[in-house]
Amino acid sequence: MAITLKRKNPVDLIFSSITGLASLSVILFIIGIMYVLVSESSLAIERFGILKFLSSTEWNPVKEDFGALTNIYGTVLTTVLSLLFAIPVAVGIAIFVTEIAPNFLKGPIGVAIELLAAIPSIIYGMWGLFTLSPIMSNYIEPVLKKFTANIPLINILFQGTPMGIDILTASVILSIMIIPFTASIARDSFNLTPAVVKESAYAIGATQWEVVKNVVLPYSKLGVFGGSVLSLGRALGETMAVAFVLGNNHRITTSLLDAAATITVTLANEFAEADNDVYLSSLFYLALVLFVMSFITLAIAKFFLLRAERKYSR
Amino acid sequence: MLEQIELRVKGLNFYYSGGVHALKQINLPIYRNHVTALIGPSGCGKTTLLRCFNRMHDLYPGNRYEGEIYFVKDNILSPQTDLISLRSRIGMVFQKPTPFPMTIFDNIAYGLKLKGIKKRSDLSERVEKALVHAALWDEVKDKLNASAYDLSGGQQQRLVIARALAVNPEVLLFDEPTSALDPISTAKIEELTATLKKEITIIIVTHNMQQAARISDWTGFMMLGELIEFDGTNKIFTAPSEKLTEDYVTGRFG
Repeated sequence: MAITLKRKNPVDLIFSSITGLASLSVILFIIGIMYVLVSESSLAIERFGILKFLSSTEWNPVKEDFGALTNIYGTVLTTVLSLLFAIPVAVGIAIFVTEIAPNFLKGPIGVAIELLAAIPSIIYGMWGLFTLSPIMSNYIEPVLKKFTANIPLINILFQGTPMGIDILTASVILSIMIIPFTASIARDSFNLTPAVVKESAYAIGATQWEVVKNVVLPYSKLGVFGGSVLSLGRALGETMAVAFVLGNNHRITTSLLDAAATITVTLANEFAEADNDVYLSSLFYLALVLFVMSFITLAIAKFFLLRAERKYSR
Repeated sequence: MLEQIELRVKGLNFYYSGGVHALKQINLPIYRNHVTALIGPSGCGKTTLLRCFNRMHDLYPGNRYEGEIYFVKDNILSPQTDLISLRSRIGMVFQKPTPFPMTIFDNIAYGLKLKGIKKRSDLSERVEKALVHAALWDEVKDKLNASAYDLSGGQQQRLVIARALAVNPEVLLFDEPTSALDPISTAKIEELTATLKKEITIIIVTHNMQQAARISDWTGFMMLGELIEFDGTNKIFTAPSEKLTEDYVTGRFG
């Protein structure tokens, strides 16, 4: 005999419809944004195509010739550099907070990390322009230049005059911004390591460092990796912190002491100047490229985080 | 029969960081090359006592010991004790299998590497010996490079025992080692304790009274943080001196 389904209680029905609608709106928003981006950039898509737009280094409002490569290059370079700076520090913070810090320190450090995450990015940008940039141009960059001057290949990275408004400074600011985020994901991943597995490593005579290196890190590497990619997604889209200290230079340069442009910075700076349809449409096209890049990074991050959870949470 | 004492617990009190007085005035001998079982209702302190022998409580701040545990001549509760070397002499096997996220081979070799053994041939030899010892060799010899997670729960538990054995401990602490296992795996591990005690001293915490009766030589019955009675296993299960012990082993409570 089939079980007859009782009709839902009317309050439940209203409740589930409202929450359902709220959730549905998220999907509608994404589709809507996607639609606007595609339709607004259709002029540029027709004019430049996909491959040509992605591979062209041209960004010439006068000749109305636009390509995304300089922007993509700046975005990817600052993002990757900032991750390189941020991950070691973030993992170190996470190890200290989960494994080493005495209980009375865990709370304050956790709060400090969250506070760092709560600072608006424009403030990072201002601090970068007024404080970090002079420090970089007066002290750090000349030293880097001096020490790498005779190392082949590496010295290419530090050519030019240290101005402080460049890829290196922007990456440092960006890394400080994403450290709290990366650290808190790394901390959550470390906490997935079951206490009893750690105990059994201690029980055969491992030291704290050996337990972290051989048990905690292998246990959480998928999670840390996923978290790093998630931070990458954040760094990709960050605008204000970078805009002040990156300059706005549509050229591909090999030196980290040169100014550059990221997609976000170009968008923030140039919408007001876009005085013809192709220019405007190209900016929308650029935004579409960023949207797709962020989407792909997010998908990769989710993939690894899900795998990490499935593998170890039993 | 003259028995040698491996560990002697003298006037042991233990307080958890919250202030809970979890062990009260425990006095107890642990005889060499014998199996000593600790039984008692949940929360009686038997696992707490077990974790005193390798100072596991030190991993969490605020826990406090009073009294002494002599390991042959040295008081292991002394602040001067080198915990790393203590723990390689007194190994531990937990309730749930705890393989490390590594291959089967590396799981066993891990403790050896910590002790500074690096030569591949020495490692292989001692890994094989430990696996044979833990009655797991025949089942895993063809897949030493597979992940330890590919093994069944019973195999994982024997892997963990092999890992503990590899560093040649003098004492092995078992914390309910079979409570997460099926009867066949349980039987294998019980057989194993019988062979292992020829070489090492075993202390086992168990909820299963038949298990205590089957495999141990000595039994301590604990309740509410106190050691109510300690005697030969036969005596405890057939003619205990304390009324509480009798009530417990005959299943009247707990």
